[in-house]
Amino acid sequence: MSAVETKSEREEGWNRPPVIEPGGEGELLEVAMGPHHPSTHGVFRMDVALDGERVIRLKPVFGYLHRNHEKIAEGAAYLASMPYTDRLDYFCSLTNNWAYALAVEKLVGQEVPERAEYIRVILAELTRIQNHASTIGFLLQEMGASGTPLMYAFREREKILDLFESLTGSRMMCNYMRFGGCRVDVSVSWLDATRKVVSGLPAFADEFEALLSSNEILMARCQGIGVLKPELAVNASVSGPMLRGSGVNYDIRKVDRYGVYDRFKFRVPLGDHGDIYDRYMVRVLEMRESIRILEQALKDIPPGPIMDPKSKIRGFRPKPGEAYGRIEAPKGELGFYLISDGGPNPYRYRVRPPSLINLTVLEDMCLGHNVADVVLIFGSVDIVLGEVDR
Amino acid sequence: MLAAGSLGLEAELKTVEEIKAAIEAAVSGAQVEVLRNPSPSAQHSLRVAHESALEVAAFLRDDPELAFDYLSNLTGVDWPDKEITEKVKVTRQVLKTVDGPEGKVEQTVEETVDETRKRTEPGCLEAVYHLYSVAKKHGPLVIRMRTANRTDQVELPSLTPIWRGAEFQEREIFDLYGIVFKGHPDLRRILMWDGFKDYPMRKDYVEPDDYEYEPTAHDHVLARAQEHKSREPGSKGAAESA
Repeated sequence: MSAVETKSEREEGWNRPPVIEPGGEGELLEVAMGPHHPSTHGVFRMDVALDGERVIRLKPVFGYLHRNHEKIAEGAAYLASMPYTDRLDYFCSLTNNWAYALAVEKLVGQEVPERAEYIRVILAELTRIQNHASTIGFLLQEMGASGTPLMYAFREREKILDLFESLTGSRMMCNYMRFGGCRVDVSVSWLDATRKVVSGLPAFADEFEALLSSNEILMARCQGIGVLKPELAVNASVSGPMLRGSGVNYDIRKVDRYGVYDRFKFRVPLGDHGDIYDRYMVRVLEMRESIRILEQALKDIPPGPIMDPKSKIRGFRPKPGEAYGRIEAPKGELGFYLISDGGPNPYRYRVRPPSLINLTVLEDMCLGHNVADVVLIFGSVDIVLGEVDR
Repeated sequence: MLAAGSLGLEAELKTVEEIKAAIEAAVSGAQVEVLRNPSPSAQHSLRVAHESALEVAAFLRDDPELAFDYLSNLTGVDWPDKEITEKVKVTRQVLKTVDGPEGKVEQTVEETVDETRKRTEPGCLEAVYHLYSVAKKHGPLVIRMRTANRTDQVELPSLTPIWRGAEFQEREIFDLYGIVFKGHPDLRRILMWDGFKDYPMRKDYVEPDDYEYEPTAHDHVLARAQEHKSREPGSKGAAESA
């Protein structure tokens, strides 16, 4: 780390993090938070310069988990990358599958049967609920609420993972979606089991909120901390609950209406202040909206095929061209950009990772706060290092 | 259904041709080229010359009708030098001895032959931008920029001053492809470590193999590792081979 830049050295522009002048006497303390730190959710480092307890500068350092996923995928057939997308954001493998399948379907112009679209929506919303519940659990864990909220979240997550396991054979690495549909059909008993789990979710959300939302410590630690302004959020390509926590009404499920999301009634929760509390609240409310979507989807799911009969498994060679497909993953906008040269492998395969790009504004949110708040601000971004480093 | 080549779902439909015309009207001297995408996705792109890229980007962001305020995705693509072999019919004039009425005469005759020619199409590095509009809820608009070549002229203007979201993504392209973004506030490697020499996402990248640390019975693996070591300047292998 070099010495702190002065204002004149930093190029002017409103969308750069502000320069905070250290006050008082003495030297700055430079701390490397991580790469092995309980609050960093994996191997991730923040190089922090501190003036007393106050953060003067913060530079995130990535790459500890880098395995060049994109290069590996460019050397593999299209379908061969599907199980590997599970390992990006390993909390939400089903939405990763969907984003990749959607990009390939755009590239080749493939239709997806109605029943498969409903299955995808059900699985994606279940994924969103378990992700948001765990994220809040981890946030509280970092606040010092040792165990209880996280265990409440994990109790519910277990039920959802059991559903994933009985359908796809795996709790976390599901590898379930295919280009033009899904791998196996859902059974009547699986749908009944899912209805039973979903019917218990509103009570869980109530319980979770009764425990947390008006908790004095949570409010004191979260309100007014880590504020992200909406203009900066849009300019810095922030997506997902972070963007909506800042009050920007942008949900790709509503904007792109991919899949069959235009058939469901749901609202997009928005924050007012853009602080940690708003991000927490947006996640809680999104869980409730996901429950509404699930209830509608489980009621309306039609019978029919789950694979496009024209889809090819062997000899899958898209015509030359390119496509960018994106979905509203639990962490934000997850996109896949593919260029085909007519061969069996993609010529270019790019993952647009929401976790990495949401970290662009980490420094802006942390500057001026105490080092203990950095842990919370970082936790409210909701990242998974498998996706940040790829 | 939308008309082919149109952008967006809710907003007024603008084709890439209309956007090109709008850019050329607003930014003087902007060179914009429409690239059709033959895939069913119909996401056509605009190639922008890098000299005027900053003005074009500022126009796309600030124009009230276009309002592309959200840089969703930014990535690099490597297009290596391509050797193209083509067969050409060549007509040339050949001196031939022809039997004339007054004995043998030298005469110029036209002759057509097939000739195989090889030419090298120079490669380049490309940056691809996917723009959306949060205000108008339309997109994507695909913008591309190319470097002059892959070796020494690999500079493109940084669009981080326009869209902050480019900051980490430009660093990633610099890290993995080697495009140098001029004007970036903090252009360092992001995923690979600082001392790393090569650009791993390029098509001609050779994996380093440090397998000599592990017992292996495969001589060819050791030979490759030796070859790789000798290419690194200042390494032990280079000293041995020199």
